[in-house]
Amino acid sequence: MNKNLTHLQQLEAESIHILREVVSEFSNPVMLYSIGKDSAVMLHLARKAFYPAPPPFPLLHVDTTWKFREMIQFRDRMAAECGLDLIVHVNEEGVRQGISPFTHGSSLYTDIMKTEGLKQALDRYKFDAAFGGARRDEEKSRAKERIFSFRSANHRWDPKDQRPELWKLYNTRIKPGESIRVFPISNWTELDVWQYIHLENIPIVPLYYAAVRPVVERDGMLIMVDDDRMELKPGETVQYKSVRFRTLGCYPLTAAVESEATTLPQIIQEMLLTRTSERQGRMIDHDSAGSMEKKKQEGYF
Amino acid sequence: MAHQSELIEQDILAYLKSHEEKSLLRFITCGSVDDGKSTLIGRLLWDSKMVFEDQLASLEADSKKVGTQGGAIDYALLLDGLQAEREQGITIDVAYRYFSTERRKFIVADTPGHEQYTRNMVTGASTAQVAVILVDARKGLLTQTRRHSYLVSLVGIRHIVLAVNKMDLVAFDRQQFEAIRRDYEQFAASLGFGDITAIPLSALGGDNMIEPSANTPWYTGPTLMNYLESVKIEGEDREKPFRMPVQWVNRPNLDFRGFCGVIAAGTIHPGDELRVAASGRTSRVARVVTMDGDLEEATAGQAVTLTLADEIDVSRGDMLTAIDAPPIHARHPEAHLVWMHDEPLRPGQIYLVKTATAVTPGRVTTVQYAVDVNTLEQKQVPTLGLNEIGVVRLELDRPISFDTYLQNRDTGSFILIDRFTNATVAAGMVISAAPLEPQKTALTESCPERSVAGSGYSRRISLSEASISGIGVSVINLTGVWDPIEFDVATSFIDYLEKGNRVLFRLRAMEQLETLAQLAFEHTLSFEFDRTAEGVSVLIFKRNTRSGSRTPEDKGTGI
Repeated sequence: MNKNLTHLQQLEAESIHILREVVSEFSNPVMLYSIGKDSAVMLHLARKAFYPAPPPFPLLHVDTTWKFREMIQFRDRMAAECGLDLIVHVNEEGVRQGISPFTHGSSLYTDIMKTEGLKQALDRYKFDAAFGGARRDEEKSRAKERIFSFRSANHRWDPKDQRPELWKLYNTRIKPGESIRVFPISNWTELDVWQYIHLENIPIVPLYYAAVRPVVERDGMLIMVDDDRMELKPGETVQYKSVRFRTLGCYPLTAAVESEATTLPQIIQEMLLTRTSERQGRMIDHDSAGSMEKKKQEGYF
Repeated sequence: MAHQSELIEQDILAYLKSHEEKSLLRFITCGSVDDGKSTLIGRLLWDSKMVFEDQLASLEADSKKVGTQGGAIDYALLLDGLQAEREQGITIDVAYRYFSTERRKFIVADTPGHEQYTRNMVTGASTAQVAVILVDARKGLLTQTRRHSYLVSLVGIRHIVLAVNKMDLVAFDRQQFEAIRRDYEQFAASLGFGDITAIPLSALGGDNMIEPSANTPWYTGPTLMNYLESVKIEGEDREKPFRMPVQWVNRPNLDFRGFCGVIAAGTIHPGDELRVAASGRTSRVARVVTMDGDLEEATAGQAVTLTLADEIDVSRGDMLTAIDAPPIHARHPEAHLVWMHDEPLRPGQIYLVKTATAVTPGRVTTVQYAVDVNTLEQKQVPTLGLNEIGVVRLELDRPISFDTYLQNRDTGSFILIDRFTNATVAAGMVISAAPLEPQKTALTESCPERSVAGSGYSRRISLSEASISGIGVSVINLTGVWDPIEFDVATSFIDYLEKGNRVLFRLRAMEQLETLAQLAFEHTLSFEFDRTAEGVSVLIFKRNTRSGSRTPEDKGTGI
């Protein structure tokens, strides 16, 4: 092997180093598992990092109760296959108040079911480090995010007071109650993630592949009718179209794209030839200028 | 990239195959907003098709609203991530950008040219292999050009692009370009760069960015993109003696004991002999374990799990090294220190020193001199403040294994962490192991107020994960400490005891016992006392813990 390491080999090594550093230096880490492709890659890297042992931390899924049903099935299957404990947390307070993306708007809904739910879970289990699958290339405010991102005891992120991060030396020191969010695939791009999934044969939720699914066109986006909680507005009809999802989240907030891509290479082909970035399918980024940055300061991943 | 789109359309599998072989290049751009740095990066992203239509729409809207190009597309806005800085029109931190071509994936560290320049630039440069130093063709070399070049050389970058930008504003004048290039080569001669490539550019107009420009027929060198795609990044690290800081010991069961880490230098095969740097014990590599099967070879840059042929004591903090070329193992490194915090360095105060292998309490005993980053002159200073750089001597609580930074960026670097605020306050690069000098003398020189006070300068001992090793019993040796002691107890230390582990303190004399008893009192710990040949040993533990590793005689006699 007298060749240089490829970019994916280098990214993989960096991610594995980060995963091991957290396990070495924190007493109660957790992996936030969002079930999407980035989580799939992160989980795969964790398995590699600790092989032959299973990853020594549980998975945490903050369930908004509005995820695609196929995501939930996939989540349970993966946790079982990897031999990991799965913690599912639902913001019961939000459920009691009947918070729904249809009636409360994406901003309030996300705040209560995702951000608040996440904080509740982190507080309840007293996790001192939480892995997340965010990438710096996803969104402008993420470009300056550290790999080890410090959070105050009330989970706030202060973009003006981040620890400088040099070489491979991560400052993991925290005081009681404080925590660190760790992003092992910070330096991966969307293409890297897809290529790696292809190369390593990593299982992903079938929703990424095109299939005929029931959708409704709403505000210029195709929303899949995943269960009977979605009420049609006047003039809306359910259509059956060959669609897939470039990004996965809560079904009422995640737009489908029309597609015939049924294999991984076809998905990558489509991604490379497309002219819109992946986050466009996510409504929460459109709420207001700098919306992701605001959410992050408040504790959103 | 046009033919790439064709390949993607016609043969995606061939495209994927070709992209599996891509290498990775990390570079940093140095210059101020005025040099057109953001425009240059924005242009690279733009031209490598990393800008999507929705991003373009928001770029167009932003250009009209806050752009500086009179409503035309302001590429710089692609980069300004955070709202606060967008409003102020400055970038205030290090941001990372990504783009790729058919040959390479690129990670760009983008740092501001003015405020906090030293801290941010050193941070961005620490992982970079190439530096692109921007110069305004109208202005030539400025003080900041020298400053940037010095910092880049300090951090060990060997490949330099001198990007002479805004050539359109000097009518693409060859003489002007050549004069700047000559000036720079002369200035940089002492900085020890491997190579310097000067390129005449207009980032705004795209001249010599991707394609050779018709405006510079006299220039025959590479375009910026050509250079970035083809610059040879040395695989030298794999030829060096083997180094692997042990990051994690993987023990899923009694039959498997794997040592995990990223190889910092060298190449390893099953059967190769290795030495544990601290203990000097040796063994041979049994297996190089991965989830995809054992490897016959692993090399610098890879994250691996090694098993050894013999049961020797190795834990996080140790370094596995080549048998014939061990690293430095010492308590007194001399190093370049870049101070990164508002609160200045306090010589004599204990900080946590985090290296590739371990976290060790330590202090700066002397500041030999500071370097003026603008003139490169040395000056005598009592301490270092924010963004100041100096050469210092450190005293660590215990010896650690390291290389000089020149030899290895991974095993020759460290950060200093403030024990109370947990802030990262400095970055260090090891120059050598300093000659040993009497510790008291050093402290007196650098810390006069303490020695004047006279009565009882006490030695603070940090009890944290850094002082613990492995499962079962950890040993903390205080027989070499002659000052009165004080403990700083981290919660992780108590956690360790609560898990049923025990810590054995070796004491020099009875007078140290009081502090230890105080520790036990404050944290409701029990202990067992023994008189030994060297002095006293005290075993500290937590009663009624859940671990089964405790033995019946652990009743704790107390005092």
